[in-house]
Amino acid sequence: MTRRLTATDIVAGYRPDLPILHGVSAHLDAGEVVTIIGPNGAGKSTLIKSIAGLVKITSGIVEIDGADRTGTPAHLLAGAGVAYVPQTGNVFTTLTIRENLIVGGAALPKAEALAQIDRIFDQYPMLATKQSEKARVLSGGERQILAIARALLTSPKIILLDEPTAGLSPMAASELFDLVRGLVADGAAVLMVEQNAKAALKMSDRAYVLAEGENRIDGVASDLLENDEIGRIFLGARPEDVT
Amino acid sequence: MILQHTADGILSGAIIGLGAIGLSFTMKILRFANFSHSELLTWGAYFGLIFVSVATAMGGFGGTFGPLSFGWPLILALVFAAVATSVLALLLHHLIFERLAKVTGHMTMVFASFGVALLLRNAVLLIFGADPIYYSNTLQFAVLLPGNVRVLPDQVFLLALTIVVVIALHLFMTRSRTGIAMRATAESPDLARVSGVNVNNVVRWVWVIGASGAAVAGVLYGLTVQLRPELGFALILPLFAAAILGGAGSLYGAVIGGLIVGLSENLSVMIIPTTYKPAVPFLLILAILYFRPQGLFGEKK
Repeated sequence: MTRRLTATDIVAGYRPDLPILHGVSAHLDAGEVVTIIGPNGAGKSTLIKSIAGLVKITSGIVEIDGADRTGTPAHLLAGAGVAYVPQTGNVFTTLTIRENLIVGGAALPKAEALAQIDRIFDQYPMLATKQSEKARVLSGGERQILAIARALLTSPKIILLDEPTAGLSPMAASELFDLVRGLVADGAAVLMVEQNAKAALKMSDRAYVLAEGENRIDGVASDLLENDEIGRIFLGARPEDVT
Repeated sequence: MILQHTADGILSGAIIGLGAIGLSFTMKILRFANFSHSELLTWGAYFGLIFVSVATAMGGFGGTFGPLSFGWPLILALVFAAVATSVLALLLHHLIFERLAKVTGHMTMVFASFGVALLLRNAVLLIFGADPIYYSNTLQFAVLLPGNVRVLPDQVFLLALTIVVVIALHLFMTRSRTGIAMRATAESPDLARVSGVNVNNVVRWVWVIGASGAAVAGVLYGLTVQLRPELGFALILPLFAAAILGGAGSLYGAVIGGLIVGLSENLSVMIIPTTYKPAVPFLLILAILYFRPQGLFGEKK
């Protein structure tokens, strides 16, 4: 299997003197969904933000397709096939849906970006119908679809999702997980932070459990789902109690 | 009388609005109140003067346009002033503001902009002297409009050019990828970055557009009054009032805000002594900050 992403011994934080991650490592292969779980403050979001180039890495290495990309600015990573969808504020509410997609194609030549927007509109007819409306009118689920569609414009090899189901109804969350599985079926690799641990583990291939900015457990998602220790120590409940 | 004050208010409001566009974008995208922005109006006006003086010394480009007080030299001076002021603004960005932004907070940037304003204003004084200067000594006669309103032909040109500039900027902000990226960056710089937008380039565009608007406003202001080193400094309060009224980052907000400030200033003299006219923008700032802090066109956080 092709190794898409390797993060080794990442130390990072919002202030150089106050790191949140203390040497976290993770990897991601083509065609797999990997979930990062852990209690609040574990550094889950910080890890994918540092991979996306939004949080400064003070030590450690991020490799994309075998090339060292540590410290590469976020906009260049977007052009190199890394897409990141934040938990909140993941669409430009003051821009129309079409303009959101135009921004998503900023790393592409203009003609290619426009062709990709047409492809997205074919794939998600809801976005085509509402393309002239401001993104602020969309529901929570529709915003997540727009956010992911915006990230897909560059046909990324690596997709980083920060709590994609936060604030969604169970049905919308289920549809979103189906969408994520569809992305990996198309060849992308997804690294996802999720609070909805049980559902996320069910649809993931592998998972990492972080706590206090360090790796604690990792393995095949179905095995972790059965692991009582994970529910008790890291999720605050047994896995079957976690919804 | 009220119609005359309204006409005067619209004309001065157009200049304030043009000048405030850059200030508004700076406040939203660069996230600091740039007190040196008004000096870019002064420098724009004096860059225009340099071009007009050189063109006139070389024999000029013919006479004036009909009833206007100027001809081709001033039109080309507008372009020259916009380019030269943009270069000046980019220099300030690279030498001062960009470096400060990496190591300090927004308040330091604000204080630095005070220092830059002093430097720019006194540089004009040093180079061009304190005496008022005119682009043209051609005597203009006011045109009488319906309602006994008198306006100078140059003022009509000023209004028409302002409308053209605002339409051009509207098209740039809504049709071009750079303009859309600017609006995206104004809303969320991090989301713009991860979408592939080079925010550093966007910031440079903010300086260029802001400086160009300031330069055009400076030349137009110099055309209707006179050039003085304090030209921009005299407009600092109206410019901030327009940007805050309209809402940081809003093109239309800055223009509408400018018109409101211009109209309020000019209409106020009907009910309060003229000496209190400069206080009107200050009262408008207080009112908008109290009742609608995000401005008329700003998004509530």
